[in-house]
Amino acid sequence: MSSATASWRTWLTSRSPRSRRQAWLGQAYLGWLSLLRNPVALLGLAIVLLLVLTAIFAPLLATHDPLAQDLAKRLSPPGTAGHWLGTDEFGRDLWSRMVYGARVTLYIVLLVVATAPVFGLAIGTAAGYFGGLVDVVLMRLTDIFLAFPRLILALAFVAALGPGIGNAVLAIALTAWPPYARVARAETLTVRNSDYIAAEQLQGFGAWRIVTGHVMPLCLSSVIVRITLDMAGIILVAAGLGFLGLGAQPPLPEWGLMISSGRKYLFDQWWVATVPGLAIFVVSLGFNLLGDGLRDVLDPRSASR
Amino acid sequence: MKPLLEVEDLKVAFDTPGGRVEAVRGVSFTLGRERLGIVGESGSGKTMTGRAILRLVQPPGRVTAKRLAFDGRDLLSLPERGMRALRGRRLAMVMQDPKYSLNPVMTVGRQLTEGLRRRDRLSAGAARRRAVAMLEAVQIRDPERVMGAYPHELSGGMGQRVMIAMMLIPEPDLLIADEPTSALDVTVEAEVLRILDGLVRERGLGLIFISHDLPLVARFCDRVLVMYAGRVVESLAASELEQARHPYTRGLLRCLPAVGGPRGPLPTLRRDPGWAE
Amino acid sequence: MPSRGGLIGRRARGLAGLAATLAATFLGLLFVTFVIGRVIPIDPVLAIVGERATAEQYAAARHALGLDRSLLVQFGLYLRDVLSGDLGTSTLTAHPVLEDIGRVFPATLELATIATLVGVLLGVPMGVSAAVRQGRLADQAIRLVGLFGYSMPVFWLGLMGLLLFYGDLGWVGGPGRLDTSFQFVFDLDVPRITGAILIDTALAGAWDVFRNALTHIVLPAGVLGYYSLAYVSRMTRSFMLEQLHQEYVTTARVKGMPEWRVVWVHALGNVLVPLITVIALSYAQLLEGSVLTETVFAWPGLGLYITNALFSGDLSAVMGGTIVVGAAFILLNLLSDLLYRLVDPRAR
Repeated sequence: MSSATASWRTWLTSRSPRSRRQAWLGQAYLGWLSLLRNPVALLGLAIVLLLVLTAIFAPLLATHDPLAQDLAKRLSPPGTAGHWLGTDEFGRDLWSRMVYGARVTLYIVLLVVATAPVFGLAIGTAAGYFGGLVDVVLMRLTDIFLAFPRLILALAFVAALGPGIGNAVLAIALTAWPPYARVARAETLTVRNSDYIAAEQLQGFGAWRIVTGHVMPLCLSSVIVRITLDMAGIILVAAGLGFLGLGAQPPLPEWGLMISSGRKYLFDQWWVATVPGLAIFVVSLGFNLLGDGLRDVLDPRSASR
Repeated sequence: MKPLLEVEDLKVAFDTPGGRVEAVRGVSFTLGRERLGIVGESGSGKTMTGRAILRLVQPPGRVTAKRLAFDGRDLLSLPERGMRALRGRRLAMVMQDPKYSLNPVMTVGRQLTEGLRRRDRLSAGAARRRAVAMLEAVQIRDPERVMGAYPHELSGGMGQRVMIAMMLIPEPDLLIADEPTSALDVTVEAEVLRILDGLVRERGLGLIFISHDLPLVARFCDRVLVMYAGRVVESLAASELEQARHPYTRGLLRCLPAVGGPRGPLPTLRRDPGWAE
Repeated sequence: MPSRGGLIGRRARGLAGLAATLAATFLGLLFVTFVIGRVIPIDPVLAIVGERATAEQYAAARHALGLDRSLLVQFGLYLRDVLSGDLGTSTLTAHPVLEDIGRVFPATLELATIATLVGVLLGVPMGVSAAVRQGRLADQAIRLVGLFGYSMPVFWLGLMGLLLFYGDLGWVGGPGRLDTSFQFVFDLDVPRITGAILIDTALAGAWDVFRNALTHIVLPAGVLGYYSLAYVSRMTRSFMLEQLHQEYVTTARVKGMPEWRVVWVHALGNVLVPLITVIALSYAQLLEGSVLTETVFAWPGLGLYITNALFSGDLSAVMGGTIVVGAAFILLNLLSDLLYRLVDPRAR
């Protein structure tokens, strides 16, 4: 067994990998090792995993139905029998709502991540690879979007589209893509003139294949770092929209919305607003810590930043 | 005569996550008011040797030595304050590329007079006069204009002359010149060297001239140390370079083209792992 | 580099190029607000006239909005209106939107300015000390303080601040710019000169009102200042780390300069250049964040105006507010670019 692990390690850390997959896995292994040496990043990873597990196993973790009202027990303080984090103004169990809130947060984050970076990556690589007029037009567009106030613009979008979680996601995605386009363009420019791209071109491969097969994968590590660091921002904006009543709508257990309803009882029943805020804080902190660590691993050039 | 600088068993090591890296591994020499050349390829530890003498090695680098003394004073046990006083007044260093070694957001004048004003408490007018005189000494024709200029407005040769002026203003006893011309054009190189040579002779400074260019060092210095992998492999008078015994030095000499020599390809240096031992 | 910093960045050549970029960005902003305000809503007319309007009223409003014409013409008309200062009329206050904004904006600016001052005065020294002690305890602590700021929702921190410092301890004033008892004095006796309450009350010599206003502004300014501090200290640290490895720093040490001078004069002098962009950006983010903070603190500024307009379906007011904040972003960009040229001799 131990000799098998040892040979695996030799294979992974080989300085002359035989295949692309071996090289890739070897890089991933080294990255994993250096992530292991960074306890703060590991803490971040643990928090993010905790969020995912909480979302998956919400029905098992929750002690109550997150929507079940019990007006007799409304605004019970933490420590009340059966409600260890207390209840809200409708007597709903705060712990259960917080647990189910992980699902809402994860849902928003995943939707944004599935759209904005992809769009940004496409714009950025196209601008960087084709250069010339394409570059000028796309980048001017990106710059214009970058210069906009993100939160206010998302707000305006939702104002026009009508409140709701889907529109909130759309609004966030519409304002979140430009930084990805910038990162991707910068990365593309550094590889565009390299010899192996020239070799591909000489072999007659088309732009589409080169961009998707070679340029985009090279941008991935910087984009992943950006996504992780952006995640906290996305969570905060989504919570902000929820807080203003423009994102998730009641009775959905969205953390921002929960803070907003707890605001009315702030001075007498502090826990209603405090508990969901702590959840947002911990999860955002997790993404930030992980993002910092990943940046050190995947993007050593900007490690000191 | 008492030596200006005594170095015995100087070591510089860096503790990195990947393990300990020894940049300088036991270098010894003494220096009077003479011109000593240190030659070696990149990574041979010659720059680190120069910086260790000025105690400019930043953590995680660590400097140790059996003896490291300037004018009889032990540099390693000197408090930072005393070291600063030495650095300002008696020890100086000219670095490789004026593009990086001059502060880009300060005028040349401010950088030249900074030491005089802060360290020596000279008045603005007196400091300015000294700076202008020094710029004239490094043969800058329009010193008043250069005083008001920013480093990016100067050519490389001008920048390096400003650097030399800045370092010689306090009239130091020892100047370390770390590849002072390797960032310059060949034509400018000769001129900067001539100026440096003139000032060093005229003022009787001790000079440590660090370079990778063996013939240049031989022409310019009295004595040459050849470094390889953090050690001195050979020490000899510049005039006796032809009699060098160490295979590394001989290898370096053989790699040089000579006018009228054979036209075949130059031999490449063949390294022996034993040299590093 | 800050992600949004480089907009009109260092590569723009000359002021003409800068002006062209600004104009293009502003035009883009107006196009986006036009699309959001006039094209996306299923029926913007209905939003204005309300559901009980008669068919004639509806048609008149539709014509007044120019909605019976082509989109291009509509955009042209929209441009003409906005550029002549006509942002429409608020259905909520029945005043022209521009007039409303002129009234509420100073309160937002006052808060953002104080918060930025707090952020810069504390954040820059913190970032510098962290960089000098890289990897040590002080560095880790400062880094954590910054990351916390990146991770807490501003509206929540504001509520927690109110809960602790106002509700429990009673050290600061509650929501609003003044206690109700002082509001009356302020409305009667203090002329609105700048719109900034601290300045106006000081000018009028109404010191008791000034003191009360101070107790109210401390908490929101502190909370916002913390966010500014988090950003500024983090960026300062990374810029400083970059500069401390430069050769000119060694040169200064060779000259025998004391370490404080090497760090705070030589290295920081070079950091100030990129830091200008960071500070401008942080200020812009505070302006935009005002929609959340002003709701929490019942601060009568632009943010509260926009959110109130949102909930009453007052689209002209929302779009007007968006344009003003966007224009402020563009102006801040311009300002940081001009300052940049002033501070960096290489950019002149």
